[in-house]
Amino acid sequence: MSSKIQNLKSSDNLSRSHLDVLASLMSGVRNNGRKLLIPYFTAGYPSLRATYDLAKLAEDCGADILELGAPFSDPLADGPTIQKSSQIALDNGVNLESILNLVEKIRVKSNLPIFIMGYYNPIEAFGPRRFVKAASASGLTGMIIPDLPPEEGEEFTGFAKESNVAVTFLAAPTSTAKRLKKIDSMSTHFVYAVTVAGVTGARKSFGTETLGALRRFRHALRKPFVAGFGVSTPQNAAKLARVSDGVVIGSALIKALDGSGYRAGSKQIANLLTAVRKSLDGLT
Amino acid sequence: MTLLTGKYPDKRGRFGKYGGRYVPETVMYALEELTQAYKSSKRDKSFQSELSILLRDYSGRPTPLYFAERFSDKVGADVYFKREDLNHTGAHKINNCLGQALLARKMGKRRIIAETGAGQHGLATATVCALFDLECVIYMGAIDVKRQISNVRKMELLDAKVIPVESGSKTLKDATNEALRDWVTNVRETFYIIGSVVGPHPYPAMVRDFQSIIGREARAQILKRAGRLPDLAIACVGGGSNALGLFSAFLDDKKVDLLGVEAAGKGLTSGQHSATLTLGKPGVLHGSMSYLLYDYDGQITLPHSISAGLDYPGVGPEHSFLKDSGRVEYTSVTDKEALSAFKLVCKLEGIVPALESSHALAHLLKKKALKQYTGRSKSKRPIVLFCLSGRGDKDLDIVIPMRRDSEGAKI
Repeated sequence: MSSKIQNLKSSDNLSRSHLDVLASLMSGVRNNGRKLLIPYFTAGYPSLRATYDLAKLAEDCGADILELGAPFSDPLADGPTIQKSSQIALDNGVNLESILNLVEKIRVKSNLPIFIMGYYNPIEAFGPRRFVKAASASGLTGMIIPDLPPEEGEEFTGFAKESNVAVTFLAAPTSTAKRLKKIDSMSTHFVYAVTVAGVTGARKSFGTETLGALRRFRHALRKPFVAGFGVSTPQNAAKLARVSDGVVIGSALIKALDGSGYRAGSKQIANLLTAVRKSLDGLT
Repeated sequence: MTLLTGKYPDKRGRFGKYGGRYVPETVMYALEELTQAYKSSKRDKSFQSELSILLRDYSGRPTPLYFAERFSDKVGADVYFKREDLNHTGAHKINNCLGQALLARKMGKRRIIAETGAGQHGLATATVCALFDLECVIYMGAIDVKRQISNVRKMELLDAKVIPVESGSKTLKDATNEALRDWVTNVRETFYIIGSVVGPHPYPAMVRDFQSIIGREARAQILKRAGRLPDLAIACVGGGSNALGLFSAFLDDKKVDLLGVEAAGKGLTSGQHSATLTLGKPGVLHGSMSYLLYDYDGQITLPHSISAGLDYPGVGPEHSFLKDSGRVEYTSVTDKEALSAFKLVCKLEGIVPALESSHALAHLLKKKALKQYTGRSKSKRPIVLFCLSGRGDKDLDIVIPMRRDSEGAKI
């Protein structure tokens, strides 16, 4: 009987599209101070099958949005952890097409909003307009492109909007007020706030630079914004989420997979995400 | 033909569809800051006069224009060498480094980073950092560290920290990735001296402008020496800074053909080459849109060249624009051809050219290279202006083992 209820519940959930879920998450942030939890996994690391399982696991642990990293040969905004996982994913033959197939597969049973975070050249090679059409058809929710600042992103954002694909731009501690305004207005739903000047990677603690920057973003951005780069523990997640609308946690999850194999790693990931979810919920 | 000089890039840093700023948000403000500082330095008389004094007294400019008589007889043209190899540190790279280091000082940035392939740009950067007492960190691919060890030792003597880069192809591409990661991390106090006409705006335009002294001098010199403009100006193209430095003075001279020579490595069909403009497609790497070598999925493919300075999968965005517009033509020569040109010019002229520059020489040695010019004037041979961008001392370790083992292109 319980499985019947489960089925009913999930089919009810599925009647809402992932885009509706994204919209209601944003209003939850605005109206109830909900703090978003966004896990990042390099797609295809250690395998596409593992990424599929991790997506399910992340949703069960309270993830609001899933971020899938598209591997690139020259990931210049990434630290060693994600560089390594990207190389392995590339060796596994992962490309944008296989990631969209993965999204389609996840979509069968889930309406969790999914964003791809990936560098621009593979999109250019795919054809930007063709890519967002394919992305939309597969059930992808949105895109984050670390080497596409707003100045260069106008055409792409136009294509994305045509296809109902969300676009998130990044804000950095070094962004000027004028830049923040542009980043805010060009992001369709939320902004990705880079917490430190630097590349991706787990960090133990954050200095005053980070908290100062997040406070400045709070003042300057009208859209919700999530803090990413360096989130690694429930404690530092809570610290960041206090002055933002949630956190992206990436390298710490990839490290767990790197250290101890998939089975032990996924257990660690479940524990970490559950603990972070709890600490974020404690803030609201 | 419309005038090309001074028209590009546009306000967004575009040469037609090429160029732009495809970089992480963290460094965008620094590019805006740099654009402003560079713009104001152009009007700053004391900046300009300090730069020209340094170029004269420190680097030894103007560099000579040399009529290479024996080489000329060999190829059936009057070939003039613009002797950038006679600059301090042995290549054209110092022209740009002096300019950027002065800017760094003006902007109050005390820490300098740079990427280097052959080590010539690294050496020039280390040199200006010693001169201006600036901290200096050079990123260099681990393979390049091995094949250009003499330049590494020189950089270390000059108190630069050389960091061998072990990721990816372990050559210039990955050295550039690592330099960009450093810049993203330390952007507030760090000035990134990019060594070629690549990267995000304003670098492609700024580096071109600092190198344009090559073309300005050469134009005046050849008019004086030969009494007219050359039929052909030729230079090697990796990122393309010596070529643009030379070409920039002739873009509006319709009668001067411009030719860039890329590295065909082990052959255009071998899959092991750096012939970006010849075989690449428009794409985005290291901050700008330009021709690029990448696969079906958009992953950058590993380039190859015997010459570390040309071993790069991208090229300057202005070259991409000039190719599409038809103003400049691009061709390529193989490792083997470059190597035999290197040896020939040593013997004919008593000049040891860099392997990079040897690519352009190798093109001139091809049978049909100058055929189109021979009918132009009945009595006289065509005039060719060649940019000898650097000297080849650094390449002896590559050239000498290869005399015994022709397979040993990559150490």
